[in-house]
Amino acid sequence: MSAERVPVRFYQVGSFAVGNRLVSADRRNAQSDPQRANSLTSGHRACAGCGEALGARYALDAATRVTNGQLVAVNATGCLEVFSTPYPETSWQLPWLHSLFANSPSVATGVAAGLRSLGKSEVRVVAQGGDGGTADIGMGALSGMFERNDDVLYICYDNEAYMNTGVQRSSATPGAARTATTDVVGEHPGNVFGTGKFVPAIAMAHEIPYVATASVADLFDLETKVERAMSMHGARYLHILVPCPLGWGSASSDTIRLSRLAEETGLFPVFEAENGELTGSRTIRHRVPVEEYLRLQRRFSHLFTREGEVKDVATVARIQAIADRNIRRYRLSEEVS
Amino acid sequence: MLQQIEGSRAVASAVALCRPNVVCAYPISPQTHIIEAIGAMVKAGELDAEFVNVDSEMAAMSVLIGASAVGARAYTATASQGLLYMMEAVYNVAGLGLPAVMTLANRALGAPINIWNDHSDAMSVRDAGWVQLFAETNQEAIDLHILAFSLAEELSVPVMVCVDGFILTHAIERVDVPEQTQVDRLLAPFEPRHVLDPHDPVSIGAMVGPDAFTEVRYLASIRLSRALDVLPPLAQRHSDELARSVPSLVSPYRLDDADVVVVAMGSVLGTIKDVIDEMRDDGHAIGALGVSCFRPFPKDQIRDALAGASRVVVVEKAFSLGYGGILATDIALVLSGRGIPIHTVIAGLGGRPVWAASLRTCFNEAVDATLSETTFLDLDEEVVAREVDRMAATRRSGPSAENVLRDLAERSRT
Amino acid sequence: MSDDRPFAITLPVGSSLANKTGNWRVERPVYVERQPPCTTVCPASEDVQRWLFHAEEGDYESAWRVIMEKNPLPAVMGRACFHPCEGSCNRAQLDEAVGINAVERFLGDRALEAGWTVPVSASDSGRKILIIGSGPAGLSAAYFLRLDGHDVTIYESAALPGGMMRYGIPAYRLPRDVVDAEIARLVEMGVTIETEHSVEDAAIAMADGGFDAVFVAVGAQKGRHYDIPSGDASRVMDAVSMLRDFEAGDEPVLGRRVVVYGGGDTAMDAARSATRLGAREAIVVYRRTRDRMPAHDEEIADAMAEGVQMRWLTTIRSAQSDRVMVERMTLDDSGAAVGTGEFDELEADSLVLALGQDTDLGLLENVEGVERVDGTIVVDEHQRTGRRGFFAGGDAANIGANDRTLTGAIGQGRAAARAITAFLAGREPERDPELDPAGFDRVNPWYYSDADRTMRPRLEAARRRNTFAEVVSGLTVDDALFEARRCLSCGNCFECDNCFGVCPDNAVIKLGAGAGYQFNYDYCKGCGICVAECPCGAIDLVPEHR
Repeated sequence: MSAERVPVRFYQVGSFAVGNRLVSADRRNAQSDPQRANSLTSGHRACAGCGEALGARYALDAATRVTNGQLVAVNATGCLEVFSTPYPETSWQLPWLHSLFANSPSVATGVAAGLRSLGKSEVRVVAQGGDGGTADIGMGALSGMFERNDDVLYICYDNEAYMNTGVQRSSATPGAARTATTDVVGEHPGNVFGTGKFVPAIAMAHEIPYVATASVADLFDLETKVERAMSMHGARYLHILVPCPLGWGSASSDTIRLSRLAEETGLFPVFEAENGELTGSRTIRHRVPVEEYLRLQRRFSHLFTREGEVKDVATVARIQAIADRNIRRYRLSEEVS
Repeated sequence: MLQQIEGSRAVASAVALCRPNVVCAYPISPQTHIIEAIGAMVKAGELDAEFVNVDSEMAAMSVLIGASAVGARAYTATASQGLLYMMEAVYNVAGLGLPAVMTLANRALGAPINIWNDHSDAMSVRDAGWVQLFAETNQEAIDLHILAFSLAEELSVPVMVCVDGFILTHAIERVDVPEQTQVDRLLAPFEPRHVLDPHDPVSIGAMVGPDAFTEVRYLASIRLSRALDVLPPLAQRHSDELARSVPSLVSPYRLDDADVVVVAMGSVLGTIKDVIDEMRDDGHAIGALGVSCFRPFPKDQIRDALAGASRVVVVEKAFSLGYGGILATDIALVLSGRGIPIHTVIAGLGGRPVWAASLRTCFNEAVDATLSETTFLDLDEEVVAREVDRMAATRRSGPSAENVLRDLAERSRT
Repeated sequence: MSDDRPFAITLPVGSSLANKTGNWRVERPVYVERQPPCTTVCPASEDVQRWLFHAEEGDYESAWRVIMEKNPLPAVMGRACFHPCEGSCNRAQLDEAVGINAVERFLGDRALEAGWTVPVSASDSGRKILIIGSGPAGLSAAYFLRLDGHDVTIYESAALPGGMMRYGIPAYRLPRDVVDAEIARLVEMGVTIETEHSVEDAAIAMADGGFDAVFVAVGAQKGRHYDIPSGDASRVMDAVSMLRDFEAGDEPVLGRRVVVYGGGDTAMDAARSATRLGAREAIVVYRRTRDRMPAHDEEIADAMAEGVQMRWLTTIRSAQSDRVMVERMTLDDSGAAVGTGEFDELEADSLVLALGQDTDLGLLENVEGVERVDGTIVVDEHQRTGRRGFFAGGDAANIGANDRTLTGAIGQGRAAARAITAFLAGREPERDPELDPAGFDRVNPWYYSDADRTMRPRLEAARRRNTFAEVVSGLTVDDALFEARRCLSCGNCFECDNCFGVCPDNAVIKLGAGAGYQFNYDYCKGCGICVAECPCGAIDLVPEHR
């Protein structure tokens, strides 16, 4: 009987953990390789538990692996830039350029154009920035890069506020969240509902070859998307949720847990799209109510009692409604797909 | 090859001869004809370059930064508001020590919006760390662009070639466009000072704090100032190759025994020279000094050129609001201690024609020692006086520009 | 060219390694090893997790060798152990417990097929040990004593070795060829087994044979009787005798209707055997409720699936040749069963009593210094009796009711062997190291793939009735691999690379397969992500002392 059976495909931790000794090395994540690039190496000055430091290394190591190291990175101003390159030390191990806050998509366009004109098209270009540099000040440049279909993978590390300057609201800040410019005072404490934008959807509207979202909680998914993106040419966009212990008021050890909860609540939809059309969604594995995600973050603490019970029922319901809508819109559940 | 062509076309031809790798285009008058011409050459396959139609001037300069950082020769053109819109990147490219060449089709800055020529735009970036070269003629515009690429790549600094909007860019003149072989001899392949290369990775654009920022700026200034040493021999090399005089730092005109010297930049020097010729004919000891390189500022060369002058008149197409002449201030500093009068004549703002007769009046007053310290050439005193009165009379006197226009219209009817 | 790079603006890559961010740390992560519950509850102290680790990779021989460090009879235990490990398994809180027992059987069978043996590497100690009884305790002790280099002889009163494994557990649960094969492996290792060798006096046997120590493991072979008024013609027998007689070839005469009295595993064995011996009706009568039955759930369920009927809250008052009189019981407030005065009659050709077993301790009757209580030998935690050189274990020893299992006997055999070797060397025996427990609260369940336990394919209940063929068949290779990979590795690193991957500061060094990881405290900021994201709870965060 066993001879005819399909071989075992169950690998204990499957693809959930970083590595898996039970599968062959070529099927493991780039992060499990002791020889991984460590594009962003030790000694950087990111806060303990920084999701962005993690996301950047995940993404760039995967891109380095798939391009055999033929990679150049352009960086917008922001936490990532500041904590990685304070003179006299840089944590980058790949060619890296920081110009300004608003212009990293354009600089990347220039890098790609320059390489192409010099006959070095094998060298690929990644641009990266935070949510402020992407959704706000860099939006025009990003849209231009998309619309021209320049051969750039742009990665947004979204921590949902201006963390580098001291946690001010960005257009990626969620409703009700406390920031330094959306204080928890007045009748509607925290950030205003109904504002803000979701850049992946804007990217999809440009009908560029590839748009995807990912988080630091699902490394396999993230690396797969980077590899997919790098297998294509033209403008590509990857939006990675990176919790910020400082700005979110969360435990430094909860960074990955919060990413996971953002995915499992539906608040952060994980999907991919090609040429403007949704082509795949990461289904929620164990759906959880939004309060499990919110409760761990001080920026939402005004919604809860000291004991952790929901205090502002209406607001939590509004946030839950956003999660429910995401689940429908991005087909995050088997039941709705 | 001699050609009867528009200035913009001449600049485009010169840029193409320099074999740029990447050209960025974002349209703004009066720069449009330059990028249109280059775009056409790329589209037709006459020029092998990446021509990027960008979304803003900020993007244009940013694309230049990226291209230059991988060792590509990069070019763009802008003017006026466009320059201000890319201001952050203008400083950035210089701070990063990346070479790039940009044509500035000089135009006034608003508000009020005005598309015509003056030098307000160029003056606004004089501290950015760029070399700023000013063309007097379209032939100079051609030659300075070729020189600009040589200089930029030699020093790894960005170079801006200032060409008066409309006056030069849209003027059809006979120019000598060099042969490709000549330009190739003058312009070696770009060897970048630092470059993004996966085989030899570096981090470019670190954050520098108080511990080293002063040193960084000091060193950047030294590097920029090296243009003062490098440019004259380089210009000489270009002159030899092209068999004509390619401007370098300053351009003296009839300075021998000149008692009064007129200092200016750009195309207005043509009119000034005509007036000087007239006045020389009338026996006045007057000459002119063209400043071809405004940044870095050639103090020694200017001091030497003005050594015999007893009176200096600076004619400039921009001024610092609330203060006065900008070039004049720099000249005054060079001549400090000499104790000679230095006059400022603000002329040609927002495209106002600079008439020879008006200049002659000023220069005569200079010879007669009756010229005011600062003169706004052909200023309509009556209109200004009326608006000044109106502002004094009522707080809400309305926008001055509109008021002045209305006054002018009324006067022309009457 | 490089020396011309702009000062401070352009930097050589990787230069931040000069910045030792470890000095930010207020807490530091440390790798720990914890004791998984499967090992904690295993009467034989098997390192279940460690052998599953090898099985996960398909390295079955290494897995089997780890089992053999604690248990010399994996093929037997893989069938007959009541696997408390599975009852404690943390995976049960996720979906279902890991089928440890089935994997053990798979490995045991694999070893028999492949002929794997354990070499005796210790040099000959020159010491002779006598073991009385070849049940699981005796065989276990023999095995470990051989590994220590001793000369081991077992005296067995029965015709064949194995004790309860042969004469107590029905063959449909434990095929005899498996028992034979595992015993043969011990014999190959040099253990001498003398069957049909009864011992009248243990001390004399020891002296006569010139033995340096003796281990008494004679088991509990006597079925406990309970005085039930019965007619002359009634057929009343005890379950232990019934099962033993059957195994010895004397098929008991049970008739078509059999009533079994008792609620333990032996009662189930008796009832299920009765159906296989031709009884059309087998009824188990038990005084209390089902949840109080000492028999394991699996055994009860299997018995019922095979058609065995259960009469709970019932006691037997008398037996006649063709029927038994029963009284209905009820539980009082204290939970004790009390009669209701309501009587019933059950048709019965025979009555089998399965009310417990006693030990025949005649061989110690004249041995001084060996204390006995309630018919069992008093031993300490190292299986030592009050007499020097006298050790005891298995059902004959009073180690506690919970340990009166096959697996408990294996563990006691090993403990005795260790104690004997220590005794011969004139030192105290060591104990198994004790680690802090690895509870489910330490597990981060997210990381484990969702998977139900592979149910061992079962013979159709109907096909079981008339055969003593083995009821539960073994796992296929695929199923065994699958089952092994369901292990969570509670409390101990299984090299999933999570800590290595999730560190934002690259402060974890991967040492390579089998070597694990170490922290690079030069850069570790003590964020604790590795602790939170370790699937199995093998990292602790402890205060940093500077």
